[in-house]
Amino acid sequence: MAVLPPGVSSADFAFAIEQFATAVGRDWVLTTDEDLAPYRDHYSPVPLAEDELIPSAAVAPTTVEQVQAIVQTANQFKIPLYPISTGKNFAYGGPSPNLRGSVIVDLKRMNRVLEVNAERNFALVEPGVSYFDLYRHIQERGLKVWIDCPDPGWGSPVGNTLDRGIGYTMGFYRDHVGAQCGMEVVLANGEVMRTGMGAMPNGRAWQEYKYGFGPDPAGLFAQGNYGIVTKMGLRLMPMPEHWRTGLITVPKRRDLIPLVNTVNYLNDLCMIGDPWYGSPLRALLGNTEFREAATRRGGANEAEMDRFAAAADLHSWQVELQFYGSERTTLANWEYAKELMAQNVPGARLIDGESLPVPLTREQIEQTTGPYPTNMRRNITQGVPSLGIWKNLGRTEAFPDTWAQGHIGLFAVLPRSAEAVFEAQHVFADTLSDLGLQSGISAISTPLMWYQFAFLFSAGFSTGGGNAVATPEGKAKVRDGLNALLVKAAEHGWGEYRAAPYFQDAVAERYSFNDHVLRRFNETIKDAVDPNGILAPGRGGIWPRHLRGRRA
Amino acid sequence: MFARIVATGMLLAATVGVGFAQEAAGIERGKTVFEHYCAPCHGAGRGDDGAPMLPGTHALHLKYRGEKSGLLEQRTDLPFEVIKAFVRNGVASMPPFRKTELTDEDLEAIAVYLAEAAKNPAALSE
Repeated sequence: MAVLPPGVSSADFAFAIEQFATAVGRDWVLTTDEDLAPYRDHYSPVPLAEDELIPSAAVAPTTVEQVQAIVQTANQFKIPLYPISTGKNFAYGGPSPNLRGSVIVDLKRMNRVLEVNAERNFALVEPGVSYFDLYRHIQERGLKVWIDCPDPGWGSPVGNTLDRGIGYTMGFYRDHVGAQCGMEVVLANGEVMRTGMGAMPNGRAWQEYKYGFGPDPAGLFAQGNYGIVTKMGLRLMPMPEHWRTGLITVPKRRDLIPLVNTVNYLNDLCMIGDPWYGSPLRALLGNTEFREAATRRGGANEAEMDRFAAAADLHSWQVELQFYGSERTTLANWEYAKELMAQNVPGARLIDGESLPVPLTREQIEQTTGPYPTNMRRNITQGVPSLGIWKNLGRTEAFPDTWAQGHIGLFAVLPRSAEAVFEAQHVFADTLSDLGLQSGISAISTPLMWYQFAFLFSAGFSTGGGNAVATPEGKAKVRDGLNALLVKAAEHGWGEYRAAPYFQDAVAERYSFNDHVLRRFNETIKDAVDPNGILAPGRGGIWPRHLRGRRA
Repeated sequence: MFARIVATGMLLAATVGVGFAQEAAGIERGKTVFEHYCAPCHGAGRGDDGAPMLPGTHALHLKYRGEKSGLLEQRTDLPFEVIKAFVRNGVASMPPFRKTELTDEDLEAIAVYLAEAAKNPAALSE
């Protein structure tokens, strides 16, 4: 064993390992370097050194009772546990823990789809179920419900939800933690608790009314460390009959303001799926003069950007809209969207996209031609899990001998306004430039509307190419850059929505209103419900009392 | 004597039959595991949104530049030990896989399946 849990003697740890083996079987307590190597963060930006977040062991239960037994042993020996679902949370730490020496509770073997109901539109799953698993389960039974999946389909709906992951269909379903409906949780004292209607011994609407009565603690388990979630209900979108798309482009830089406001209106009336913003001016990035104008310190000059657009006969912004429903309702919604856009943004171009019955055929999903070039990733708009996004990390025709070994995700939460986007463009571009890090951020970068009611703005960067992390110095540069970005974002009132373990303290540090009352509140709860501090110490920036000195 | 020969022959036939059945089951298991865990990146289908191949297949295609196939199911040089080394350690942008996802027995089955698939390209996973 390479490392021990902090504060635990080798003798006690050996006892604990024996007890874990009694609980789950010896084959499923992993302690050798070879077996533990895959629990490292394969994309870690942290230098391989004594502070790497590696576990001391992994234990893989198949039942709730086994999870309870593991928790009891952990309490006995004060061993920190770190639960993972499928361990695929890459760019956010993968399967690696917040605290070096933790024992991973690998829930991958708890992999049952317990129920999919296509009349009331929900699923109940265990944490080891992947998006691929749930999709196959639904397809094999011919059920007419969709899942809402993130880009890589190998992750877990439970794990992704608990990290506040996102998807690409209708707003309610894109917010995965918002679309959860009922959890079963093994608490730090080993008790099993169910939230919402599951708190009734004979509750019959567990996956339909998530609140129950009184405070609903389910939100505490997302990005938190108060329990091990062993079952989760998920609301599923009924499979629509039809899918329709349309493109709207607007000519001038400031037209982004009414464009965003109009899309907000349509989105908040639940008339559109995930809107995909972009800029036709991307075609000019190869032009040195334009590139300089688009990355000008302090922000682009509006008139100058408009001149480039007019000279190239290009519009400044675009949004691709998508509509789910019947052929007639999607047409009516698209016609209404066009009417609003024509009214709100003079000069807007309104271009019909595709109109296809659902489910799309494999050929239709793979089709890349259409009325206009599209940025939409077809699989995920159709609730079909895929690993195709990995094309962005591997070798490419242009760079066949190199590859991005990973990427650092940093997505700042912005107000849903064009003014906020304009500000974020130059703040992040200038900050990254000052740090000597290559980024693609410029005055034509656009926001993501993964969440129903907020913008996320990508300030992340690849850990390959010019930002190579092959050396400790390179990794340190990336790590320091991320910290600097967090500080700069916070100065402007923007916080990060999600982070890898190594950066969670730095992110949480920015949520400091009223002398960190939120963190103090969370840690008061932590000390009360997990007095030995055994569950994922440090996750979400929440440390148990005896480990608070470890806060980064 | 004749009876003993017949009995021995029947036993041999039964043993061979069991062997074939076990081999077929191993291939089938390997195919199932490959399709579940490997094919989404290393399968024969097209990639997403205009990519000519799936990401893993494309990366190997670019790496080997025709010296070897980018498609794992056309490779004859991937015994268990090689597969295990890549799967457990990861390579480039492919992360490692844990025993809770793929057991060593799963990896052995994949090796058996790949060896068979290379002989029968028509049966490739999509």
